[in-house]
Amino acid sequence: MLDEASRRELPVTVSDTHLLIAPETLSEILGWELKPQGLCRDSACFPVADSDGVVIDGAIDLEGFARTVGRPLALDREHRVAALGTAAATRADAMESLVAPDFRLPDLDGRMHTLSEHLGKKVFLVAHASW
Amino acid sequence: MYEELADEGLVIISVALDQSGEDIRPFIEEAKPAHPSLIDTEHVLADLYGMVNIPTAVWIDEDGNIVRPNEPVFGSDMFKDFHGMDTDIHKNELRAWVREGKLPFSPEEIRARQMLPTRDEQLARTEFTLAWHLHGAGHADAAERHFVRAGELSPNDFMVRRGSMPIRGLDPMGEPFFELYEEWQARGRPYYQARDRKEALGE
Repeated sequence: MLDEASRRELPVTVSDTHLLIAPETLSEILGWELKPQGLCRDSACFPVADSDGVVIDGAIDLEGFARTVGRPLALDREHRVAALGTAAATRADAMESLVAPDFRLPDLDGRMHTLSEHLGKKVFLVAHASW
Repeated sequence: MYEELADEGLVIISVALDQSGEDIRPFIEEAKPAHPSLIDTEHVLADLYGMVNIPTAVWIDEDGNIVRPNEPVFGSDMFKDFHGMDTDIHKNELRAWVREGKLPFSPEEIRARQMLPTRDEQLARTEFTLAWHLHGAGHADAAERHFVRAGELSPNDFMVRRGSMPIRGLDPMGEPFFELYEEWQARGRPYYQARDRKEALGE
C-alpha cells in the first residue's frame, strides 16, 4: 500500500469481490479507527451504514473504506499493490486556506530541502521538467 | 532576471518533475542557477499544488501563504527553456512584488483563480503514483495500464499524460505529444479553468 509518503505492507484477505483488512490493520497501518460513529481519524468521522458493505464480519473492505472517506484508491490486483491518494475534498480545503503546502524534496546532490525552511522570505516556486 | 531578484531577497525554488535527476541535470548544469534545483520523481508537487502542466509558478509570501496561485504559463510548449517560461507581464509583476510588495491579486481573487481538483483528477494522480511504483518494480505492462487509466480519468492533465511519456518509452517531444496536443485543441483547449468547490466536488 502506497499511502502518502509511506510504503507499507498491508495484510489483506483477497477474494474476487473484496479486499478485506482487519480493524488492527486499519488503525495501525492506515491510521483510521472504526468506531460506532464510523470511520474516524483525528477529529473527523465518516458514518458507515450496515448497508454500505464496508464492514463485513468485523473486517473492513478496503475499497469501501476508501470510498467512505473520499480518498482515491488505485489497485493492481495482479501485483498486489495499491495506492491511496489525497481526497479531492482535503485538497480543496487546503487550497482554499491559501496556505502553501510544505514539502521535502532532494536536490541533484541528494540534499533534502523544504519549503518551510524559507519562512520569512518571499518564495518563487517553479515546477518544470525535461519533457 | 530571476537571479537579479534573488539578490533582492527572493528565494527561488525550482523543482523538476522528472523520472530521474539525470534527465534534468544537463539543463541545470547549462543554466547554472544559483538556487537549488530539486527533483520530484513522485510528482508530489503536482498533487499538493494541483499542477496540471509545466512550467508552473506559485508565489508564496513570508508567512507561507500562496499570494499567486498555480498558474501554468502555457507559452511555447514546443521549446521549453528553463528561463524562458514567463511572459513579460508576469516578469514585471514579479519584480513589483519583490521590490514593492505589490500583489496582483487579493485573497478572494486568488481563490477565484484556483482550479480545485475533482475526484477523478485525484484518482488520476493516484493511478499515476501506482503506475510509477509498478514501473520501478519492473512491471512495465502493469505500469502502462495504470498510466493509460490515469490519462483517461484526467485527459487535460498534461503532468499525467505528457509527464508519463518518457517513463513509458514515448517521445514527449514527438508524435505522441502532437496527438495529445491536437486532441486537447479539439476539445477547445480546456487547459486551465478556474474551478470552485461546487464544480469540483458538487458541494
